[in-house]
Amino acid sequence: MTANVTSAPLIVTSRIERERSHLIDDYLTTGGYVALRKALLEMHPEEVLNEVMTSNLLGRGGAGFEVGRKWSMLKQAPVRYLVVNGDESEPSTFKDHMLIERDPHQLIEGTLIAAYAVGAARAFIYIRGEFALGLERVQNAINEAYEYGAIGRNIFGSNFSIDLVLHPGAGAYICGEETALIESLEGKRGYPRIKPPYFPAVIGLYGAPTIVNNVESMSNLPWIINNGGAAFAALGVGRSTGTRIFALAGHVNQPGNFEVEMAKISFRDLVERSEYGGGVRFGRSVKAFIPGGVSAPWFGPESLDLPLSQDDVAKAGSMLGSGSIVIMDDHTCMVRAAWRITKFFNRESCGQCTPCREGSGWIEKIMRRIETGAGRESDLDLLLDACDNIAPGLSWPPQQTTICVLGPSIPSSVVAGIKMFRDEFLTHIKEGGCPYE
Amino acid sequence: MGVFTPLMLERARQLIELYPEKRSALIPLCHLAQEQAGYLTEELMDEIGSLVGVSSAEVLGTASFYDMLHTEPVGRYLIGICTNIACLLQGADALLTHAEQTLGIPIGGTSSDSMFTLEELECVAHCDHAPCAQVNYRFFGPLDPGNFDELVQQLRSNELSEVIPPHGTLIRVKRNVGLKVSFEDVLEERKLSDSEIANRKAISEAAKEKSE
Repeated sequence: MTANVTSAPLIVTSRIERERSHLIDDYLTTGGYVALRKALLEMHPEEVLNEVMTSNLLGRGGAGFEVGRKWSMLKQAPVRYLVVNGDESEPSTFKDHMLIERDPHQLIEGTLIAAYAVGAARAFIYIRGEFALGLERVQNAINEAYEYGAIGRNIFGSNFSIDLVLHPGAGAYICGEETALIESLEGKRGYPRIKPPYFPAVIGLYGAPTIVNNVESMSNLPWIINNGGAAFAALGVGRSTGTRIFALAGHVNQPGNFEVEMAKISFRDLVERSEYGGGVRFGRSVKAFIPGGVSAPWFGPESLDLPLSQDDVAKAGSMLGSGSIVIMDDHTCMVRAAWRITKFFNRESCGQCTPCREGSGWIEKIMRRIETGAGRESDLDLLLDACDNIAPGLSWPPQQTTICVLGPSIPSSVVAGIKMFRDEFLTHIKEGGCPYE
Repeated sequence: MGVFTPLMLERARQLIELYPEKRSALIPLCHLAQEQAGYLTEELMDEIGSLVGVSSAEVLGTASFYDMLHTEPVGRYLIGICTNIACLLQGADALLTHAEQTLGIPIGGTSSDSMFTLEELECVAHCDHAPCAQVNYRFFGPLDPGNFDELVQQLRSNELSEVIPPHGTLIRVKRNVGLKVSFEDVLEERKLSDSEIANRKAISEAAKEKSE
């Protein structure tokens, strides 16, 4: 399932293939809790922070903000919290799902290292409710870790004490947005908070300064502490350091999660190499692909040679986002694909902001009528106009008229679809239906 | 079954204790209520409200935001079929139509014997097994009409009852320890000296400069 064609080690997926990787005895025989011991007994919190700064670990949730920098922005109030975001819901993203189920102790160890570095009073791991097995495994791992002495009072004989609480979500995409996640953890509807403050590091859970970090980000920390931030930063290219899990899905022969060195290989490598995707199914060609979750604008096959690097993908007009890549072959109906993505956003819009709540509904209706044969020639301009009301100018990165970035994510696939496949949209309208059915 | 059983009430109190503010336990308590009754009855929502200190309307208002919280009865097995992008590309629409036929219920419907409820899922992060489905949030995939029917048959004959508890039971592993660290202790431990605060400020400034 995982491989690395460069000489880079597997940092977060080294245990994935092991059958009992979710249990503490297996974790301990594979180097588990060594890093936490080292951090608590040999390092000052600032030193941990400095190692993470040096590693230049970019947040693996989607926005790609430097983890160390986020920590350093934490306001120094008496009570501070750490919340781990395991709400993984960006369509076609399934890496955290694997890390949660297959290596829960690595996640816990990383979380405790982070809690020590930021001086959290309590730490919470928020996992989306649909991961029943993951929730059970993390709860079991937390129980084991308490018993082992890795959580609780004076961990490993140090002066550091903390409790770790698992919190289940209940099904809402928007709770992956960090301020919505905090609201949800407070027992409320998952409504993203108005910015500023831009970061929960200033005002977060119960109004206290809070760090919210992604599951994969946390899972990198044991390796960084064991091997040093510099060793991590030596991998990858430029700002894109370390390795990253790319979740490859859609029309490839071998969909799956692949941990690869950042920026060293291209989308084409990931799709075609036998260690990874193994090529497009039935020997077909790529019609388009989504480079970083459905919030990201699509690319055509001409962009396959871009490296898997946050900055290069951003420069090319999209984003590496959550690290999930969807391949669509030349038999794919792009209208249907874009319609389904719009339907998703319409269902998941939290409803606070008019442009998103109403816009997603109208765009979904228009997309549906084009796909089902009732489209009008004026619909393409109408779609672009509706998109423009959500994200004025339809630029990338998008302008925002809403509290959170769900709104400006809606136009991504619709606008890309019309730009890249205008003729296909027109064929649907002229022929009164989907030519692929 | 109007209110929490004594056992469930005990578990509810243990959950509430894990949070600095009681209301945080609202969603975990909703899961608990669903474990007891299969869905959120009005009486259970009332009780959750009084346990966490909000009105029943607040409980309903919060619960109604979340797809997994049901205020109407749900079948013993909630079958969700994902039709989002990765599953769509692997034929999820046809699978969903097939499921409607096999189960004899439309999307959102519950079978007359209360065995099955069918729903269309958004992405549940199992895309390397597309098209995928969940039964009470346990994963299955990749599915085709043939192995879907087999799955339904196994559910009907209770072959999977060990693997899949009835709808509502989400986390069968219970937390077996209470909190070990009092907030007062933590606050004392976490106090930073002036030099530590200055040190952190310097790190923060340096990070800001570096990235700008």
